[in-house]
This record gives sequence, structure tokens and C-alpha cells, in this order.
Amino acid sequence: MDLSTTYLGLKLRTPLVPSASPLSEELDNIKLMEDSGASAVVLYSLFEEQLRRDRLELNQHLEHGTESFAEALTYFPEPDEFTLGPEEYLKHISAAKQAVNLPIIASLNGSSVGGWTEYARLIEDAGADALELNIYYIPTDPTLGSTEVEDTYIEILKAVKAVVKIPVAVKLSPFFSSFANMAQRLDVAGANGLVLFNRFYQPDVNLETLEINPNILLSTPMAMRVPLRWVAILHGRIKASIAATSGVHRASDALKMLMAGADVTMLCSVLIRHGIKQIGEIEKEMANWLEEHEYESVEQLKGSLSQKNCEDPSAFERAQYMRAISSYPLPPA
Amino acid sequence: MRTTLTVDANEAVAMVAYRLNEVMAIYPITPSSPMAEFCDQWSAEGRKNLWGTVPSVVQYQSEGGAVGGVHGALQTGSLATTFTASQGLLLMIPNMFKIAGELSPAVFHVTARSVATHALSIFGDHSDVMACRSTGWAMLCSASVQESVDMALIAQAASLQSRIPFVHFFDGFRTSHEVQKVEMLSDDDLRALVPDALLKPLRDRAMTPDRPVLRGTAQNPDAFFQAREACNPFYAACADKVQEAMNQFAKVVGRSYNLFEYVGAPDAERVVVLMGSGCEAAHETVDYLAAQGEKVGVLKVRLYRPFAGRAFVEALPETVRSIAVLDRTKEPGASGEPLYQDVLASLAEGLAEGLGKLKRMPRVVGGRYGLSSKEFTPAMVKAVFDNLAADKPKNHFSVGITDDVSHLSLPVDASFSTESDKVIRAMFYGLGADGTVGANKNSIKIIGEGTDNYAQGYFVYDSKKSGSMTVSHLRFGPEPIRSTYLVSRANFVACHLPMFLEKFDMVKPLITGGTFLLNTPHSKEEAWSRLPTPIQEGLLAKQARFFVIDATSVAQASGMGGRINTIMQVCFFALSGVLPRDEAIDAIKKSIKKTYGKKGEEVVAMNIKAVDNTLEHLHEVPLPPKSNGTGDLLPPVTSNAPKFVKDVLGALTAGLGDDLPVSAFPADGTFPTATAQYEKRNLALEIPVWDEQVCIQCLKCVAICPHATIRAKVYDEGDLKGAPGSFKSVNSRQPDFKGRKFTLQVAAEDCTGCGICVEVCPAKNKAEARLKAINMQPQAPLREAERANWDFFLGLPELDRRKVKTTQLRQQQLLRPLFEFSGACAGCGETPYIKMVSQLFGDRAIIANATGCSSIYGGNLPTTPYCVDKTGRGPTWCNSLFEDNAEFGLGFRTSIDKQKQFAEELVKKLAGVIGDDLATALTTAVQGDEAGIHEQRERVAALKQKLAKLDSPEARLLKPIADLLVKKSVWIFGGDGWAYDIGYGGLDHVLASGRDVNVLVMDTEVYSNTGGQMSKSTPRGAVAKFAAGGKPMGKKDLGLIAMTYGHIYVASIAMGAKDEQSLKAIIEAESYPGPSLIIAYSHCIAHGIALDRGVGARQQKLAVDTGQWLLYRYDPRRAERGENPLQLDSSAAKTKVQDYLLSENRFKMLTKSRPEEAKKLFQQAQLDVERRYKFYQFLAGREGDLRTPAPEPVPQATVDQQP
Repeated sequence: MDLSTTYLGLKLRTPLVPSASPLSEELDNIKLMEDSGASAVVLYSLFEEQLRRDRLELNQHLEHGTESFAEALTYFPEPDEFTLGPEEYLKHISAAKQAVNLPIIASLNGSSVGGWTEYARLIEDAGADALELNIYYIPTDPTLGSTEVEDTYIEILKAVKAVVKIPVAVKLSPFFSSFANMAQRLDVAGANGLVLFNRFYQPDVNLETLEINPNILLSTPMAMRVPLRWVAILHGRIKASIAATSGVHRASDALKMLMAGADVTMLCSVLIRHGIKQIGEIEKEMANWLEEHEYESVEQLKGSLSQKNCEDPSAFERAQYMRAISSYPLPPA
Repeated sequence: MRTTLTVDANEAVAMVAYRLNEVMAIYPITPSSPMAEFCDQWSAEGRKNLWGTVPSVVQYQSEGGAVGGVHGALQTGSLATTFTASQGLLLMIPNMFKIAGELSPAVFHVTARSVATHALSIFGDHSDVMACRSTGWAMLCSASVQESVDMALIAQAASLQSRIPFVHFFDGFRTSHEVQKVEMLSDDDLRALVPDALLKPLRDRAMTPDRPVLRGTAQNPDAFFQAREACNPFYAACADKVQEAMNQFAKVVGRSYNLFEYVGAPDAERVVVLMGSGCEAAHETVDYLAAQGEKVGVLKVRLYRPFAGRAFVEALPETVRSIAVLDRTKEPGASGEPLYQDVLASLAEGLAEGLGKLKRMPRVVGGRYGLSSKEFTPAMVKAVFDNLAADKPKNHFSVGITDDVSHLSLPVDASFSTESDKVIRAMFYGLGADGTVGANKNSIKIIGEGTDNYAQGYFVYDSKKSGSMTVSHLRFGPEPIRSTYLVSRANFVACHLPMFLEKFDMVKPLITGGTFLLNTPHSKEEAWSRLPTPIQEGLLAKQARFFVIDATSVAQASGMGGRINTIMQVCFFALSGVLPRDEAIDAIKKSIKKTYGKKGEEVVAMNIKAVDNTLEHLHEVPLPPKSNGTGDLLPPVTSNAPKFVKDVLGALTAGLGDDLPVSAFPADGTFPTATAQYEKRNLALEIPVWDEQVCIQCLKCVAICPHATIRAKVYDEGDLKGAPGSFKSVNSRQPDFKGRKFTLQVAAEDCTGCGICVEVCPAKNKAEARLKAINMQPQAPLREAERANWDFFLGLPELDRRKVKTTQLRQQQLLRPLFEFSGACAGCGETPYIKMVSQLFGDRAIIANATGCSSIYGGNLPTTPYCVDKTGRGPTWCNSLFEDNAEFGLGFRTSIDKQKQFAEELVKKLAGVIGDDLATALTTAVQGDEAGIHEQRERVAALKQKLAKLDSPEARLLKPIADLLVKKSVWIFGGDGWAYDIGYGGLDHVLASGRDVNVLVMDTEVYSNTGGQMSKSTPRGAVAKFAAGGKPMGKKDLGLIAMTYGHIYVASIAMGAKDEQSLKAIIEAESYPGPSLIIAYSHCIAHGIALDRGVGARQQKLAVDTGQWLLYRYDPRRAERGENPLQLDSSAAKTKVQDYLLSENRFKMLTKSRPEEAKKLFQQAQLDVERRYKFYQFLAGREGDLRTPAPEPVPQATVDQQP
């Protein structure tokens, strides 16, 4: 069975790609991903803000309490050098490239325009095959209009595209007033791919301590419904590749996403829950299903049930329960 | 290539010693620790020595251990060294005899420091090196930072040439910590004096099985004496070898030195002889006086041992009539101090043998100066010369103090000054935390390394660890600076914290026309009227220029928080004119990039921003014609303080201690307790404010408060009579105190504002969850009202101790702490444990305290935190040494038990007179609880009444020891440096003894007091000094080792994680009639946590939740009852240990310095935690007979094996 697909211009053996997660912090895990059949690996994210915070924090701790008391003018030895920038991440990219024979997609979350472009360039230099921009923040400022928020995304993408040659994907949240428009704008601005969708830390209330504890829950297959809708709607309307992520746990989930129009399906929670080897199981099942159902290839399947190609395009637009669904098809709007 | 550096002597000497050695054995001791720290760090970084190999640097468990390590390395043919001072050097003495006896060349670099006598002192004098005179080591002294560089090399060369080991010493702090511009020697210089050829004899003599020899024999009377004399030729040749090395040095480097260096008038009649940093002040004075035609000179002693008598007399001018020999040490009972005796003997021998130019014996007097870094100024040198000019000069004098007891001191004319107008002198009063000292060190570097000027910096620190004041003394000038004394006539004075100005007269040292800079929140229009009146008057009298800046706001706007260092540095350069303004700002920016570059662009950017924001906020305030200030300076202690506290401790607090005469001080080092209460430090910007409606009265805040500044009382409603209007009171929520009132009160003026109380408060405001039952609010507006509230609170009656359930934290914390307002860090993790012990047993506690943080905040003058209850009872406290604390405590126990036993014997003898019932009751009393103690105290009171009427020998003997019939609680306090390392042998012995002592180890997992060096308690993966690359080995399990005896009560506690378990353990330990060991997790500033923001308790909880710290209690009494003695009070880890490690800089910084190593060590740390938990679970789950014979409650009349 030909499971191959193309994502960000990269020819991949299968559409199964582990998404950015702490799993890829370990080189051994990346090797296991390859052995289990992953066709590419998205590395965990480099967070510029974390690096900035770490630098300030380190400085504060090294200075705290110094030169105050005669017997203890300092409290820590101070090495000549610190690894305070993205060096470790860059080294990890190179090490991953050396360790496996897979495309390595780096993931970047910047906090300043300078950070986005500088780190993107460094990531390209370190040997990454592609870059996923993990753009996400919560616009809480009530004076900030939606256009300004959207413009920021476009500016970041353009700035990064201007400095790197490797393909660039943008990982997004679905929370835009007009997601289709947003996707199109990114497409026009040069995104080589859209990754739908990002999952985030969400706040929770601890009833005992009366504190807010943000955390992340592993996804369930239910989570795939939102990306499924937008993959299907966007398929064939944008040039950029589409990666479906969130809630892909079984071969059937992956197949549905591919049918909706995804070029690749990304796996995370399922690997954390059941182990990296699960990729192999999903691939086997997927191949079996395709064979049983007499498909020739993944390419054949891709987008076969997108909004454009499905029997009832309005199904993807239906947002509310309708009492009487007519069996008489309305003419397209 | 030689380079010019501005460094202190510690760094400078380390730079030479590191290159000249292969093996270094290290152990921290102030003020030498930085030398060891530098060497350890360089070794960790892979820096190579002169021969291209990275020296091996190994930490030992004590100086006694370190010198053993050096001895071993020397015997096997390595170039080996160590760095030490004071008691550390004394611990090396036995081995120093051996090393010298075996003619093994080596150089020890010593920052000469006072040896503890009536008190400990970390400061400089020669009492330690003088104690080594008989070891057979040569002693070479450096008087300045430059000399310390040069002598470090000369000593090494001379030692290798002569085979005599050398102590190279320089004055602790005055030289070790003085920053000066020096020329650093190049590798070529080192090689010229220590050529490879000198290594061969060392290697040839090395022990090796390939050429076996035997050393360290035991010898009998037939051999020892002759063999001892066999070394004489080596000593006879040594001084010449030193002079040869000096000559060779002069040839190579250009600076020339002699064994004895004479400076002054060629026809001098009066000469002072001395060594160490005082030589510089004397040199400066002699230059000044000789230029005025005075016939005076100074003879500097460089090589003190072997004392080259011939060279000494030859160095003196023919014209000398009188000599004053100055010793920076004291030898009570001697015919004179050591240098004085050496000089006398050399003169006598020299004249007898016709050596030198002297024709007749000059008049020689000896005197003492500068003990414990006491100032030694040109005025004092002048006083010594004036004494020599007298008809009958005073002998065995002291100078620099007023001795109104023995009348030995010389009068000093304080107005005498030799300071040149060409030297710019500046003083900066900073807050420890604001970065002032760092900025000043940086300014010296900028000037020293960027211009032709010479520069000097010396820094005076506080002995308090919170809210401490630093005073920087800086000099800059075109000529070498020899002023080894504090600035007392400043062109420029800066006050970095306005609060200090309320207490200290900073204008006093300002010269007429000088500049005064103040950091103040007030505008330039308002600033003048906000000054205390004496400050205004001082400025007016001195026609000073007055500048202000709101540096705190500029710092905050630049993202610098409270660090105003860069801003004040810019102001200094702008106002002092040391450099052209633009050039200075450029240099500051360059230096910022150099200093902070490795810490990231943000840190650089905020500092640069601060520089750019400064000058527009700097304003000159024109002086009005008259003063209109806020009144007098604040008194150093409160008006209700006792006379001694006011007159003596108050003067020390006010920085006027130097003016106190000898008679002001106790002769034996005995001081009253309960004095910290009079020193209202008003450190906190914010204090906790009680919300009585939200409070659940759990008293967790009271328990965790490190400074005993938040307290609770339960009392009757009637007691509220006369309460101030703002005094808060609610009904007690405890059933036992139903119907009574409850108050939680903060000592606003003693609180340090750390906020740990708020952090642990479990009660949240139901309507606004960010608020708790206590919330931080600005102190200043609350100060007056809370002062009155606090005073009223103190007057409320204390609960009857018999009615308090001490096993419940919410009741136990109502007991009055007898340890309060210490100088510990804000947020300290150790002091809550001490406070808890003091609440429970303080009225009958005797404490042996190992040297370290707890001895400093517990016993450093001026005031002390141990205090008394209303009956006048309270903890009695003493610090012996670092290494012997357990033994010291066992001494207390055996002594008290002996006296108690004797008292009981006397009571029995007197039974007929005092009554059989009383006698029986007194000798059989069970004193297991507060009621039992109370009853016994009443019996003792009755006994005393009866004894007062008796005059028999037994009664006279019994009277002074009758109080011993009441149970005394012996406590042994110390940190992990003591318990795990230097004192471990003694601790083990004392625990093994079976005697009833209670050991509290406040485990900060590093040597906290000396700046965070690794101990055997340091956990795997932690970065500490001496473990710059992360500690590769795991933490020693002290508790487990102790448990193996079976008869020792052992507990591991963490108050921030489980306060009730801490309380239970402390009570059980004290009640156990044998030895008890409590290991208490103590969060610390050296962990790299936001200690001053109260996160300590959170860290403790995290340590316990991740399994990094185990909670358990091992009680041998349980085994007696057929139960497993070990109770595991921790549950299995809730999260991975990484969560804890990454929350503390000591671990996290390893991920930034050595990411790979960090990964490996953190994984191992996880395994450590899992393995240990399983093992303890196994131990706690064992069944069957686990009894170990329990110790007798109080061993009677036994002969104990002493350690």
C-alpha cells in the first residue's frame, strides 16, 4: 500500500507524524519514533520567553544576597559561560538529524519579532528540514482589535519567511473571527503549511486551595472534530499543506482526517498514553483498512470527503441542531 | 605578558598559587575561602597550571583533613598547597610539624585572622600565624595586594630551593579583601623563579614502591634529639635562599624586596618595626614626617621565620636611638609579644657580635595594635613615634584603643592626617541588597584598568544578614596608594538608602567643600527639609555640594528592581570628575557588557537603560542658609534599654564602637541576653497585617516566622483594658480557651518583611481569594500604631505553661519564644526550629552552638536574640569551636548531671534538717512535663528558703547548685558543615555515648555562613562552591547512620512541609532520655530561591512532595513497646524530583552551565529518591523484636570515654 504523502514539500513515507511534545526532548525517543514508522518528527517547542525568563532569573539568583555579608560575598560559583540561549535546542536539532534519517521539523514560539527571526535562522542553520511557528497568545487587552491580532500573525510569518529558505508551517488556534480568511491570509503571506489546531494549557480551579491551576489534559478522539471541520473546509482552497492535529488516536481517526483533506496527521496524546510504538500499530491498521477498502494510496484518499468533494458540503457548516433536516438537497449557495 | 588587574589579594594570590601547584586541599574558612573557591572553579573549567596540567582540587572535611591531604601529596612528590586562616591554621599545626620535620617544600597561603579567645572574630591579626612559630615553617609576610602576588611566587621559589615549607601570610580582610591595582606576574616570571629543574628533587624524594623508603618512624631517646638537630643547616641557609629568590625576582620583574626593608630618614633616630598591612600606613606616615624633617623610619619585616637577626640589625640605620616594635597579636603573660622578643634578642646578639651599624643598644619598646582589624592609621603611627620621643616611652603599650583599665594605650591625635590632596576619596553607604559594593568594585576596575590612576577599594560589611549596611571606601590617585585604613576625610559621600541617614552621621567624614549625594524619593525641592537636622547642619558647616536622585524609581523604570548600583555609579562618575563624564559613561557601558554579557542581552539592556536614564534625574540642591530638618538622628536602641545596652551595645550599633574604652567591656566575654529587642531596625517595607475575620487561628504563621515578629496570645477580655484603639482582638476559636480573647500581633519594627507568614497562611478570604488572613501592607503608615499595639501585646499575660497542650501547634505556638529578632536572613529556614525549641524548653535550655550561621545570628555583637521570660529564665548559650560542638555539649551534660547528682547527695545528707519529705520529693521528682518542672521549681524554692537559714558546709555547697535539681535541657545546635563534615567524628562519638543530649542539625546542605560551599550533605546535582560542576555524589544519610546504633532517637523534619511533625519530633527528642538527633531541612539563601519573598516553606513542601526530603522519626522507645521504632511520616512522592530541582537555582543553573551533566545527575537524583524511599519503607515495615538496650536515664558516676 502506498501510504506516502507530501507535506511542506517534503515527501513522506506515511502521513503519521509525531507532533511537538516533551517526548522529542530525548534523542532515544526520536530514534524510537523512526523505528516505529514515523515519517517525520516535529520537535518540542523552543520558547523564547522561557529563555528570557531564565536569563533574568539566573541573574537575579546569582546577585541575590551578594556583597552584603563579609563571610559570604557570593553564594554560587560563577562559570565563565552559560548556555542561556537556544544553543541546547540547536544542538538537539543537529543531534536528531544525525541520529535518524527523517525530516526534522523544528518548532518555535517567539516572544519578540527579533527573537522569531533570529531563532528561525539559527534553527535553519542547525539543519532543520522545516519550521513550525507556534504562534499563540491570549489577547486580553480589550483595546486590541481582531485585525491587529491577525496582522501580528502575518507579520511574524512574513518576517520569518524573509530570513529562511526552509518551508515554514504555522500552528494555529481556531479562535479567530473568520478562520477561513485567516487561513487564506497566511496562505497568501507564504505559509507552506497550516497545522490545525494547537492545544493549550487551560485554567482550572482548585476547590481546596482556591487557586487557579492551568494545566493540559491529554486529548480524546472527541478533540478531532474541530480540526476535521476546518481541514475539510480549507482543503483545495489554499496552496499550503494541511496538518491535522488534536485527537488523532486511532487509524480510523487518521483516515478521517486524511479524507477531510489533511496531508499529514499528527500524533501526541496517544503516544504519551500508549507509547511511541503505537505509531506502528496505527500504520498497520491504516494500511489494512485501505487494503480492505480497496484504496490504492493515501493520495487517492486525501480530501475525498473535503467540503469540496463531499456529498453534503453544508454538513461542515452546520453549527446548530436543526429540527427538520430536509432530505431534498438545496442548490449550492 | 604581565597584565594590570584590579583585584583583591585573595584572587591575586590564587592566580599565582594555582599556576604553581598540582594538588590543592581545600576547606572553607573566612577570610581565605575565596582563594580555594577560585582554584576549585578554575580546575572545574579546565584551566591549566604552569606545566600545562589541570591541578587537582579536593575538598576535605576540615582543615585538619586538608593538611593531611597536603602532607600525603607532598610525600608522594607533588607540588601541593592549601589556603586557610585562624582556627583552620591551628588545626593544621600537628601536620605542619611533620611536614617541616620531613623538609618537604610547600607554601600555605594564609589570610591572617584572629584566633577566637573571649570571642570569635573573622577579622585580621597575626594571632593565628604566631601560633605556628614553633612548627619549623618559614613565614613570609605580604603588606599589600601587590606584595601578596610577588611573595606568593618568592615563597614558592624559596621553599623549593631551601626545602623549608613556607607560610605566606597577609592580613585578613585588610589585604585579602582590599581591591588594588596590581601587576599580575606572567607565566614567564613564574618559570624564571620556579624552573622545571626544581621539580626533580621533589620527584626524587617522592615515596614510591619503585624506590621504597620509610618515613614517619618512631624514635627513642637515643636518636630523636640528634635527628632533630640534623635539619639545622637547612634553616641556616633558608634566609639567604629567600633573599636570593627576592634578588632573582627583582632581576626578572623589577620590583625589589629584602628580608627587612627600611624606609625613612637615612639618619632616623626613631624607628618602628612591624609586619603586614600596617607597614603601608607606617610607610605613608614616615614619608610624610620625614619630608617635614623628622628623623623617623620604619623597618618592614618580610621574612619573619627563620628570623634573620643579622639581616635585621644590618637593615637599621646607625643613628637609631629608639625602636618601637608593633605586634598585631596578643600573648597574655609573655614578657612581650613575639616580634618584640625577636627584635630584642636580635639586637642583643647583633651588638654582642658587632653586626650592623649600631654602636649601642637602642631603647626598645613593644606595643600591640590592630587586633581583629582594628584601624591602624597614620595618627596612630605618629602616636607611636611620639611615644618614642618621650623621656620614658611607655612599654607594652597598645595603640588604637583607649585602655582605661590597665592604662597601656597611647594617646592619639585623631586630627593628624597624611592624606594627599591628589587622592580622591569617596565613601558609599549602601544596602547589602542594592549592589553598591559590586558597583564600586566595578568603578575601581574602570579607573584602575582604564586609566593611569591607582585605585583602592575596601568594604565594610554588617554582621547582620538582613537589611545590612555596607560602607565602601574608595581612593583614586596618580601615585601608589598605601593608605591601609578607612577613609575618614572624604571628598565624596553617597547615601544609597535614605533610612540610614536617619541613624548615621554620614556628613561627618566629608571634607569642606565636598560632595554629598543622596538617593531619595523626594524631589529636589523637598529633599532638603526631609534631612535630619544634624545632617543639614553638617552640610552647611562644610559648605558641601548636595545632590539628589530618586535612584529607586529610575531602577524600577529600567527593570532593575531594587538594584540601584549602576545608577549611583553613574552619579559618582558624573560628580567626582575622576574621568571626563562621557568617557566614564562609555566605560561603564563597556563594563556592563563585559560583566553581564554572559547572562544575556536582557540583563545588559536593563543596565544600559539605567545608565541612560540616570543623569536627567540627578539634581543639585542649593543649600539654604539655615537648617530646618526633621530633628535629631534616631537613637541606636530604644529608650527603655538597660544602661549597658544603651552605653555599650548602643554605641556598637551606632558605629561608634571604636570610641568605647576597655572598661566598657566584660573581661571574659560574658554578655547579657535579651538585647535584640532594643534594636528596632525597621527593615520591612511591607509587613503582614492581620485580618481577624478570615483568620482560623492555626498559628502556622507564628511557627514559621524566622524572626519571631508575629505572635499570638490568648487572654481574658478584662486584659484588654487600656488597649490602643487599633488593637485587634477576637474570640478564641479553640475549645480549650472558650470565652477568652485571641490576638495575632506583628512587631512592625522588627519584622524583616519576608512574607513567609503570608505564604504559609492557609486561610483565604471567601470573597476575594487573593487575600488571606494576613496580607502584606506598607510598613511606614502603620509603624506608629503598631508600635503601641506591640507594646500593649507584650504586656498581656502569658498563658500558664501547664495549661498549654504543647503537642498541638495551635496551642504550642502561644508560648513565648525565647529567641527573637535575630540578624538572620529575611526568610531564614533555620531560625523557626530554634524558636520552637526556645518556646518549648528555653526556660531550662543550655545551648552549645557550632560556629556558622547560627552562631553569627545567635551571638554576633552588638545585640543577641536569645532572651528571657518574665521570671528571667531563658536559654543560656555558648559557642566553642566549629569542630568540637557535640563534645562541648556533652561536656555540658556530664557537668550538669554531675552537679545534679552532687546536689541530690547533699539534699539526702541534709534530709534531717530540711525535712525527709522535701528531700525525697526533690530527689525522686519526675519532671516529664511542664507541671512536673513547675512543681520541682517550687520544691527548689522551698529548699532555698531553708538553706538560707543554714550554715553547714553541706548547705553552703548546695546553695549554688540547688537549681540543677530542676531538669536541664542540653541542646547542640549546628549546621551540616559541622554535623556532616568537620564535627562528624565528635558527633558520632557523642551520639554513641548514650547521654541525654539533643542535637539539632539545621541542614542547609551547604556551608551557608561562608558562602555556600559543598558539604557531604549537599545533594547530587547541586551546584555549590567547591562543586562548580554540580555535585556528582549523593547526600550522606546522616540519620540512617545514626539509626544503626539503635539507641539514638533520630528524626528528619521539614517545618515548611509538615509543621506538626516537626513539633512532634522536637518534643519526642527532648523527652527521650538518651541522645537525640534531629535533622531539619532548612531552606537557605544559598539554594538560589527568592528567600526574601517567603518561598522557603513552599520549597520545603516541594522537597517532601517529590521525595527529595524524607520525613521520619526513629524512636527506640517504640521498639521497647514491641513496635517498629521507625515511623515514615512522608508518603510516596507525588511528582518527579525534577519539579523540585528546577525550582532552585542551585540545581537549575547546572542546566545552564553543563546541560548534559545536569541531565545525567538529575536522572540519578530521581533514582536516589526512589531507592531511598523503598529502603525506608522496608525499614519501617519490619516486624519482630527490634529492641536495642536503651540507655540509663541518667548515668550515675560513670567514667565516660571522652572523644
